Amino acid sequence: MQQFAELVNILGSSTKTNDKLLALQHYFATANDKDKIWVIAIFTGRRPKRIVNTRKLQDWCIEIIQLPQWLFEESYHTVGDLAETIALLLPEPIAESANEHGLAYYLETFITLEKQSEEIKKQFIVDTWQQMTTNEKFVFNKLITGGFRIGVSQKVMVNALAKLTELSASVIAHRISGNWNPLTVNYSDLLNDTGTEADHSKPYPFYLAYALEDDFTEKENINDWQAEWKWDGIRGQIIKRNNELFVWSRGEELVTEKFPEYNELKDLLPSGTVLDGEIISLDTNAVDTFMPLAFAALQTRIGRKNITKKQLTEAPVGFIAYDIIEYDDNDIRNLPLKERRELLEKLVSETHHAGLHISPVIVATDWDALRELRLQSRNNGSEGIMLKRKDSPYLVGRKKGDWWKWKIDPLTIDAVMIYAQKGHGRRSNLYTDYTFAVKDGEKLVSFAKAYSGLTDKEFAQVDNFVKRNSIEKFGPVRTVKPELVFEIAFEGIAASNRHKSGVALRFPRINRWRHDKKPDEINTLEDLKLMLKTYQDVNKESI
Amino acid sequence: MALIEFSEKGLYCRKGDFYIDPWKPVKKAVITHAHSDHARWGSEYYLCHHFTKPLLQLRLGTNNYQSVEWNETVMMNNVKISLHPAGHIIGSSQIRVECEGEVWVVSGDYKTENDGLSSAFEPVKCNTFITESTFGLPIYKWKPQQQIFNNIKNWIIQNNKEGKTSVLIAYSLGKAQRILQPLAETGLPIFAHGAVYNIHETLINNGWKLPEVKRIEAHTASELIKGNIVIAPPGADGSPWMKRFYPYSVGICSGWMQVRGNARRKNTDAGFALSDHADWEGLLQAVKATGAEKVYATHGFQSAFSRYLDEQGIEAAEIKTEYGEEDDEVKTEE
Repeated sequence: MQQFAELVNILGSSTKTNDKLLALQHYFATANDKDKIWVIAIFTGRRPKRIVNTRKLQDWCIEIIQLPQWLFEESYHTVGDLAETIALLLPEPIAESANEHGLAYYLETFITLEKQSEEIKKQFIVDTWQQMTTNEKFVFNKLITGGFRIGVSQKVMVNALAKLTELSASVIAHRISGNWNPLTVNYSDLLNDTGTEADHSKPYPFYLAYALEDDFTEKENINDWQAEWKWDGIRGQIIKRNNELFVWSRGEELVTEKFPEYNELKDLLPSGTVLDGEIISLDTNAVDTFMPLAFAALQTRIGRKNITKKQLTEAPVGFIAYDIIEYDDNDIRNLPLKERRELLEKLVSETHHAGLHISPVIVATDWDALRELRLQSRNNGSEGIMLKRKDSPYLVGRKKGDWWKWKIDPLTIDAVMIYAQKGHGRRSNLYTDYTFAVKDGEKLVSFAKAYSGLTDKEFAQVDNFVKRNSIEKFGPVRTVKPELVFEIAFEGIAASNRHKSGVALRFPRINRWRHDKKPDEINTLEDLKLMLKTYQDVNKESI
Repeated sequence: MALIEFSEKGLYCRKGDFYIDPWKPVKKAVITHAHSDHARWGSEYYLCHHFTKPLLQLRLGTNNYQSVEWNETVMMNNVKISLHPAGHIIGSSQIRVECEGEVWVVSGDYKTENDGLSSAFEPVKCNTFITESTFGLPIYKWKPQQQIFNNIKNWIIQNNKEGKTSVLIAYSLGKAQRILQPLAETGLPIFAHGAVYNIHETLINNGWKLPEVKRIEAHTASELIKGNIVIAPPGADGSPWMKRFYPYSVGICSGWMQVRGNARRKNTDAGFALSDHADWEGLLQAVKATGAEKVYATHGFQSAFSRYLDEQGIEAAEIKTEYGEEDDEVKTEE
């Protein structure tokens, strides 16, 4: 475990991508195969089920350290990470750790413990704690609680493996995707693709776009580019192979079961087909065209195991196809986009399925015309325009040059900060999580939380303000003198009865600190409601 | 009336008519130690330990200073004042105040581990103890300094192998001197930022024996420094001044490095949780050793620490002071 803890430590603290790459290469060159498989599994989101909830971990820790619950919580709010808090609070092992177990041992023990009683789980965890250093305990706790976000992207790991195996990064990215089980696959089979059974479910790594650069339209000829609307759902791949249908989300999660609307595609799509597109809630009343529902509708479908009839009627899900990357059993990612587009158009028109649409191409003869059209994005329920080079192949990951996103400006509202809470991760022990309010007559009504958008320096200034101007303390939350005004930006607004304000925002964040505005100059609840009305009316019209 | 009051200029003893570490100019100031949030400019008279005096002269200029030995009594009206080692930095003192049989002790900043340089912390019996609580949460547990020193040395040797300069961020008064001995043990030359060097020179001139340090001048050749050791104060971290050391690795020596998020926020290559303040256990031990019936906790996690003491049967309350609040807490002296 020490070797893995060391790796996590370097990945978490190093500020240079190259150091992380070297650390991973070193790990993959020296660790044993079982451990390596699990590292790949964890970094691609294939972790064992959580064997206990975090509440229990916390209780067992408190039992050992004999400190009051509130002091544990106070510590947690300062550290901003539960796994780390527990690791810091527990005593160091009495003897130098003689613990020789590797990563695979712990993860595989988790799997065997899944069905055991709580007592047995507790015993295992508490015993393990006693043998580990603080750093190892942190990593062990992280393995239990999940959420292993330690400053390394999957891309860096793929690059490390590519270097080591002398294969291309896109080949590695493809091989480690899909449906494989770390318990049964061995390291060289996974990377060399010599596994006995071909995996029919395996998706391709997604190609992701960068935000458009400023001088783009001056440099480029519009005739080389295909423009489409940028839809706001979940990016996904629909795979039909061997008479089976698989649906993957961009987070490399197999979501076939969640969207029964796609079931029919199993019979309708030809075998050996992979479509890239957007999983999105659509208004099904429109014939031959489609209108997306607000993202909030799709949200009711995510994270649910069992879907009710009501959800199916209120938030029906369709698929807007962008691209075809496997056709007739062949990987066609290297064909130019315009050829893939022809195949896609043909396929979608021949597939008679109510929820399957092709992402329409926007016709514009020059950049100014397109710029005009972009302003109407919100009217189509889209969040801007995508630009794709007509002769581009389908690349792996986020690559500059061929695909660009050109998003519309967000909606904004001026609001005052009323609550603050300490952040997590690199914002630990710093007030960085804020709640904002608008005016409703004499009262203030909270309507959004935001955690991002300020520079480190500004966060430090706000933190200082919070420490000096807090009025009351409710657990980790401080109520703050309503004095600082910020412009809050967001992508969409929907009605909500869960929120006091009656609205829910999409992607709220701080756009800028309005030093120039006083709290009595902020927007009102009325303004928000008007925005909601405008937005909803637009959503009701069809394109 | 309380022997020491919490006034807007600082901790005030009315019977003796003096302040302890006032944050505004006063007539008489008793100073715990020479860090800038405790020793401020503008008072008419300063009382401090012999070791602290040259440091105050360096930082505050010429003033009316009186300095004393540990345990030496100074009378102000009928109040007895004496200074006792706090173990925080060179010269750092707890202030004992006694009047009509009642004893109060103001801790200033302190640590309970003997660092071999600052005179070791001595608990002083009292009725009321005013304690700092910078690291008053149980997540703060320091490793023995020798272990941290070994980590620092290994890190430096590794950097040297890779041809990188090791830049250690340490507060110029206190931490910078404390790490000198282990740094010297690597056998590599040690270079210092001007702010660090000024303190160093003052101490050497006052008879302190410290390993050799070279001042970094504008004309110092980068080749001389390459692969060796640089000590710089927190303010220099990330400044253009650092560019000349490229390729380098930065290591911050601060108790705040105990928590990963802090180290990540500072974008540092290495964090060493080496602190000149007491950790959770140190604070508890210190409080118990005073035998105080009443404890006031100031600067730091005072509300958590005083609540815990209260629950343990030691009457405690938090007070607000202006210590440790000058800068962002991560940057601040420590």
